[in-house]
Amino acid sequence: MDSFWRVLLLQDHNTRVVLAGACLFGAAAGLAGTFLLLRKRSLLGDTLGHATLPGITFAFLMAESFGFSPRSFPWLALGATISGVTGMGAVLMIRKLSRLKDDAALAIVLSVFFGAGIAMLSAIQQLPGGQAAGLERLIYGNPASMTASDAWFVLAASLIVAVVCGCLLKEFTLLCFDEAYAITAGWPVRSLDALLMGLVVLVTIVGLQTVGILLVVALLVIPPAAARFWSDELRTVSLFAAAVGGISAVVGVLSSALLPGLPTGALIVLSAALFFGISFLLGKKRGLLMRYFVEREAARRLQREHVLRAIFECAEGADPVVSIDALLAKRPWKKSQLASEVGLLADEGLLTTDPGGSSVQLNGRGDIEARRLVRNHRLWEIYLLTHADVAPSRVDRDADLIEHVLDPRLVQELEDILDDKARERLVPSNPEKVQP
Amino acid sequence: MTSLPLEIRSLNVAYHRKMVLWDADLKIRSGRTTAIVGPNGAGKSTLLKAALGLIPSASGEILFYGEPLKKVRSRVAYVPQRESVDWDFPVSARDVVAMGLYKKIGWCLPVRSRHRRMADEALADVGLAEFAGRQISQLSGGQQQRVFLARALAQKAELHLMDEPFASVDAATEQAILALLKRLKDQGGTVVCVHHDLDTVAEYFDDVILLNMRVVAQGPASEVLTPENLRKTYGARLTLLDEAVVDLSRPGAPREP
Repeated sequence: MDSFWRVLLLQDHNTRVVLAGACLFGAAAGLAGTFLLLRKRSLLGDTLGHATLPGITFAFLMAESFGFSPRSFPWLALGATISGVTGMGAVLMIRKLSRLKDDAALAIVLSVFFGAGIAMLSAIQQLPGGQAAGLERLIYGNPASMTASDAWFVLAASLIVAVVCGCLLKEFTLLCFDEAYAITAGWPVRSLDALLMGLVVLVTIVGLQTVGILLVVALLVIPPAAARFWSDELRTVSLFAAAVGGISAVVGVLSSALLPGLPTGALIVLSAALFFGISFLLGKKRGLLMRYFVEREAARRLQREHVLRAIFECAEGADPVVSIDALLAKRPWKKSQLASEVGLLADEGLLTTDPGGSSVQLNGRGDIEARRLVRNHRLWEIYLLTHADVAPSRVDRDADLIEHVLDPRLVQELEDILDDKARERLVPSNPEKVQP
Repeated sequence: MTSLPLEIRSLNVAYHRKMVLWDADLKIRSGRTTAIVGPNGAGKSTLLKAALGLIPSASGEILFYGEPLKKVRSRVAYVPQRESVDWDFPVSARDVVAMGLYKKIGWCLPVRSRHRRMADEALADVGLAEFAGRQISQLSGGQQQRVFLARALAQKAELHLMDEPFASVDAATEQAILALLKRLKDQGGTVVCVHHDLDTVAEYFDDVILLNMRVVAQGPASEVLTPENLRKTYGARLTLLDEAVVDLSRPGAPREP
C-alpha cells in the first residue's frame, strides 16, 4: 500500500519517468491505431507485433557474439523493426503472389515469425548466464525497466506520431475511407499507406517495453474501438482514442504498483478493455444503453400515437366516451399494454378514465394532440399514395408537423385531397392554427 | 480539333490469367453522356478502373484529353460504386464531399469554412442540402450515391466517370442523378456511366457502348441499340426483349404495352 501511494504521488523520479513514458506511448498508440482500425488493418498490427520477436532475438544473439551489451534497447529495437517490417512485407507478398486471402496470409506470417523467434529464444535461454531475462521484458512488457533515455525515445516517437497525424489528417482520412478515389484524384496512396504503416511500426517498437510484443496490438485497436462509441466525427474519435490510450497506460501502471505480483503490460491492456466495456455500454453515439433508450423511446412514441389515434377515431363523429373494448378491437394489442399506455396518457393529462377503468375520454388538450397526430398521419398517408415515386425518401413520421418536412403548397394540396374525403371521415384541422 | 475526353486503344486487361477485356477500343465524345452497357462480367467496371489506372492493364493506350491521366487528373472525376466503401466510417456527408476539394486545398492544410461552403453547395445540387451534417451511415442508399456524386461535382471536373450510379437507388435519387447529368452536359461536361438497365439506357444517355469483353458497338444510342448488336452482346437470351428495346431506342416512340 505504501508503494502505491509513493507511485500515485509521483514521489520518485523513476516513477515519473515510467508513468510519462507509458502515458505517451498509450496516447500515440491510440492516435495511430485510429487510422489502423479505420483502414481495417487491425490484424496486421498484431502480426507486426509478433513478427518483431525473431528480430529481437537475432539482434540479441548478434550482440552477444560481438561482445557488446545485448540489452541495449536501441539495438534490440533495430532488430525488431527490421523483422517486423519484413513480416509485413511477407504478408503483402503472399497476398499479391498467391490467391490466399488476407486472414490466411496474416496467420501464416504471424505464426512462422513468432515460431522462429521462440526457437531462437530457447537457444538463448540455454546460453550460460541466464541472459534471457532481458528479453522477457520485451515479450511481456515491463515499463518499470524504462530508463530516462527510453522515455525520451518514447516522447520523440509520440511527437512524430502526433505531428504526422495532425498534418495528414485529411490525407489519412481519404486513404482510409476511399482508396480508389484517392488514387484517381492523384494522391500518392502508396506513400501515404507506407507512412501510416511506418507510424504503426514506430508505435509497436516503442510499445515493446511498455506492453510487450504480444499485447501491443491491444493498445492500437482497443482505444479507437472504444472511442468510436462516443463520436461520429473522426477528429474527435482520434483524440478520444489518444486519451483512452494514455489514461489506460497510467491506470495500468498505477494498478501494478498496487498489485505488484501482476505484469504491468497485462494490466494496461485490461484497463483499456475496461474503458472499452464502459464505452460499449454507455457510449453516447453507439453504446448499447443509448441504442436501447432510443429504440424504447421510439416504440413508446409509436404506441402513444396509436392509442391517441385509436381513441380519436373511435370517438370521431360518435360518442366521445370510448370503451376499452372498442379500442381493443381496433388493433392487435394486449390489454395490459393498452391499459399501461392509457395510464401514462392520463398522467400526461391528455385523457380521463371512468372510475371502473372500462372507458376513456380525451380532454381538451388530449383532443388537440390527437387531432395533430391523426392529421399528420392521414396527410402522410395521402402523400404516400399520391407521390409514390418520391415519397418514401421524404416521409419523416417523427416530424411534429408535416409542414416541417414538406413545403406548405404541397401540404395544402394534400389537404385539398383530404377535404374530398372529409365527407367520409372528419379531417382534423391543424391544431397549431387553432391554438394561440 | 481538340482531343477527345477519353480515348482507349486496344486495351487488354486480365485478372490472373483470365482475360476480361480484349482489345477494347473506344472513343468518348465531348459534351455527351455515354453509357457502357453489357451483361454481368462483361468488364464494364473493369474498363473504367483500368482507364483510371486502378487496376493494371496488360497492354493498350489510354488518353484523357490527348494526354496520359497523370497530366490531367483534375479534369477527370471518378464516382466509384457505392458498395466500394464502408459507410460506417466516422465522417459526415459534408466531409465526404469535401474530399473532392482536398487536391485544391493541398497537402497538410485543413478544410476551411469556405471549402465546407463549397461542399454544401455541391450537396444542395444533388438535393441533400439538409443532410450535410449527417453521419453517412444515417443516409439511405440513394442518398449515399448522391453524396458520391456531390463529391465529384465539388471537384469541378470536365469528364465524369461513374460506376453504376443508378444501381438500386430510389426514384428520387434517379431523378436527381438525371437532372445532374443534364446539368453537367449543359455546362459542356462529359459523362460516362456504367449502366445495367437496358430499358432506360436510350432514354437517359446520348451515346452507348455495348461491351462484352470487347466493344461490340459504340455510337449514338439509336444506332447502336439494334437487335443484331444486342444479340452479339447478350447472346440469344435477349431475343425476347429485342423489340421493346428497339422501340425505346427511337426517341419519342410510343411505348408498347
